[in-house]
Amino acid sequence: MEFSVVGKSLPKTDTLEKATGRAIYIDDLVLPGMLCGKILRSPYAHARILQIDCSRAKRLPGVKAVLTGSDVPQARMGAFILDEPILAQGVVRHVGEPVAAVAAVDENTAKDALELISVEYEELPAVFDPLLAMEEGAPIIHGDFAGYAKVFNPVWRGNLCSHTTFLEGDVELGFKQADLVLEDTFRTQMVHQCYMEACGAIASVDISGKVTVWTTTQSVFVTQARIHQSLGLPMSKIRVIGTRVGGAFGGKVEATVQPVCVALSQVAFRPVKIILERDEEFTSLRPRHPAVINIKTGAKKDGHIVAKEVRIVFDTGAYADDGPGIAGFGAMMSRGPYRIPNVKIEGLCVYTNKIKCGAFRGFGNPQGTFASESQLDEIAHQLGIDPLEIRALNGVETGDRALGGNPYGSVGYKECLKRAGDAIGWGKPKEKNRGRGMASINHISGIVSSAATVKMNEDGTVVLLTGAMDIGQGSDTTLSQMAAEELGVPYEHVSIVTSDSETTPYNWATTASRTVYTAGNAVRMAAREAKKQVISLAADCLEANPQDLETREGYVFVAGSPERKIPFRDIAGMSLWAKQGPILGSASFMVEGPPFDAKRAVVMGYPFGAMTAYIFGVHMVEVEVDTETGHVRIVNSVAAHDVGKAINPAVVEGQIQGGFVQGVGYALMEEMILDDGKVTNPSMVDYRIPSALDVPKVIPIIVETGEPTGPFGAKGVGECGLVGTAPAIANAIYDAVGVRIKELPLTPERVLQALKNKKTARTDWI
Amino acid sequence: MRLAFEINSEPVELEIKPNQTLLEVIRRDLALTGTKDGCGIGECGVCTVLLDGWPIRSCLALAMDARGRKVTTIEGLAQGSHLHPLQESFIKHAAIQCGFCIPGMLMVGKALLDENPRPTEDEVRASIAGNLCRCTGYTKIVEAILAASEDRG
Repeated sequence: MEFSVVGKSLPKTDTLEKATGRAIYIDDLVLPGMLCGKILRSPYAHARILQIDCSRAKRLPGVKAVLTGSDVPQARMGAFILDEPILAQGVVRHVGEPVAAVAAVDENTAKDALELISVEYEELPAVFDPLLAMEEGAPIIHGDFAGYAKVFNPVWRGNLCSHTTFLEGDVELGFKQADLVLEDTFRTQMVHQCYMEACGAIASVDISGKVTVWTTTQSVFVTQARIHQSLGLPMSKIRVIGTRVGGAFGGKVEATVQPVCVALSQVAFRPVKIILERDEEFTSLRPRHPAVINIKTGAKKDGHIVAKEVRIVFDTGAYADDGPGIAGFGAMMSRGPYRIPNVKIEGLCVYTNKIKCGAFRGFGNPQGTFASESQLDEIAHQLGIDPLEIRALNGVETGDRALGGNPYGSVGYKECLKRAGDAIGWGKPKEKNRGRGMASINHISGIVSSAATVKMNEDGTVVLLTGAMDIGQGSDTTLSQMAAEELGVPYEHVSIVTSDSETTPYNWATTASRTVYTAGNAVRMAAREAKKQVISLAADCLEANPQDLETREGYVFVAGSPERKIPFRDIAGMSLWAKQGPILGSASFMVEGPPFDAKRAVVMGYPFGAMTAYIFGVHMVEVEVDTETGHVRIVNSVAAHDVGKAINPAVVEGQIQGGFVQGVGYALMEEMILDDGKVTNPSMVDYRIPSALDVPKVIPIIVETGEPTGPFGAKGVGECGLVGTAPAIANAIYDAVGVRIKELPLTPERVLQALKNKKTARTDWI
Repeated sequence: MRLAFEINSEPVELEIKPNQTLLEVIRRDLALTGTKDGCGIGECGVCTVLLDGWPIRSCLALAMDARGRKVTTIEGLAQGSHLHPLQESFIKHAAIQCGFCIPGMLMVGKALLDENPRPTEDEVRASIAGNLCRCTGYTKIVEAILAASEDRG
């Protein structure tokens, strides 16, 4: 089908203001009388708070509010398990946990006030290893767990707060049928989102007690819900407005500083701004879960995989946050885009006395995929089958089913495999110490709900209202393109308003690669409703049947007689002053249906409902390994992704390239290092993310398969770029120098150690 | 202390504290919020401005270092509504995602092209290596700078 707006790399709606320094981020906003908020944090990993003395801080001139856990409602918040107070209530569970907060006339006074607060702690036994935390006798981190409110029914025990299991076929029988069975343990590290813009908020309370919060967030609605849960205000008294977001990558879905900021402004009765410092980001906010992955796979001699057993332990730290979802979803994705008849997969989410972990691009998928795709490579090697061949042999196609038994929509996995292979020259000769590796990716993009409204101005231009937050990925642009296409108006005629909890329709969050699909469906439906109203008025004017009319470039035409037309401007005027009333289309969209097919799978403890619109991808890299230093250089990189339909190809490419490079950081460089629960490298000097010299040019390949349920055939792409990069690099290192490293990151030290072990122990496994 | 310097081709004079950084003066005293504060310790590069045409990290410079000199920030890159070729190119090549690193990237890009109007890809990468971007993976930023250099030459 020919589109006039969709499918074109039109300039992004927000880039002019961003290129000129005019975009307003949270730290750029100033309100009259605004105070500076600061947070006092726990120095202990696990301790009882015996006493807090704030009297000296309160007496310091310029201090307008001092709060501790006993000054705020004794409530808890959370995405799945409501386990987290906004300020510690009697117990601290990780180093960096908020214990007290102050608001003062300026930053220096606020910092001085923090130093005047004295807290007496009694240290408690702590546990830092998730495997030890599950053993009998381990210190229990949440003794009141049974009493916490939860949004699902978790399978839990002690520090294990959620345990999801998927069963299909008979995995024991499957292993008996296999000619080769491999069993390994992989480990992945804790990494930080490291968005360039720190988390922050401004809260202001009016005379009626109504709170307005401006903040950098992935969802004004999730923020509103967490303020509601923790402070007990009705949502009609909480308005959350999103500012431009300077990167988020999962880290800004759940509450950051907003509830504390609101509580301070309620006491001070003045606007309060909190902007986190970089070290606070590293010590208090939700990095990616470290994981221990046990994986066992059985294959026939011809390469067919017959059984797979995966058990992933996700270390969620002191609070569950998104952990139960991540453990369940990450486990679900770890089967991969392969037909496997016998499967047992478990995802476990375990409390430890570390920083709470949460959502980060990929949402549990990168951990399992690193293990799965590394082991599949080894299976191919041991069976003497090419890694590309074994993936083609087992790979899914249209008509196949996701883990859990639901059918896929469009499936472009094998096209990704072929096109990536052609682009990188898979199978062609290589130079010494160079190797190629690949990894497959599957993910989802349809989940829960979204709504949108399209309203027409008097001159026929339109306003699109959506709760979907553009966090830089480009949803303002793609959603505007979809509205313009569906209505038949020029792209420039659409003005988009997003993310004000009070004026824009609900959208769950910019997360789960879901915006283009889930919000996109709502936008298209709303535009279709507005278009119906336009056509109904135009039919009278043009004396034609509504079904004979079409819209394009801001005009309604009679099909086949392009001279019979009327501009939207005239229709809009008529709707306001003469007939029918203002043109306004609203729609709600929900991903519904059974989450799993009970005839095909047994699923226990899964914290989500239905998911749909699966996306697929293949990453291939060529690396060069320096055998003297262990340094790995990426020479070539190709990333092919099945996105259904690229609404804006340049935006899609940017998502693939950006995700890929975050994956390079995950694979080769990044690691938060903890010593007894304390982050020892909480700065951008000691925690390095890739610079322009650390990464190659990334060649994106867009595969379009037309998702039947997607708006214009589109499905998501946001997270996949990160998911497959680490295993592709690990497999390329194996191809180059014959060592397979099962723990991320693949640092020069680990590569050298593996090379040394290979020489001495004559084994290529470490 | 009294500080007089030129910002974006206009003279300014103001009272500051001796320990104020150039970034604080630009963002707070002069309310030029286009320059961003990323890490505060000179590691991320988002606060980059030009001092007499040379890119510096304004979070590490004391404001007094600018005395009698010329500072250019992102607000001074376009001439009114007439964009600098780099700005045009960043928009055209979809090189901007969250946008937080972009003011610093553009200032470094300008300094590079002023010095070396036809850089190679490696030279572009080396010149922006001190400016971190977490969104784009750099590919489109490099393409945009290279394209701007070609448009000019």
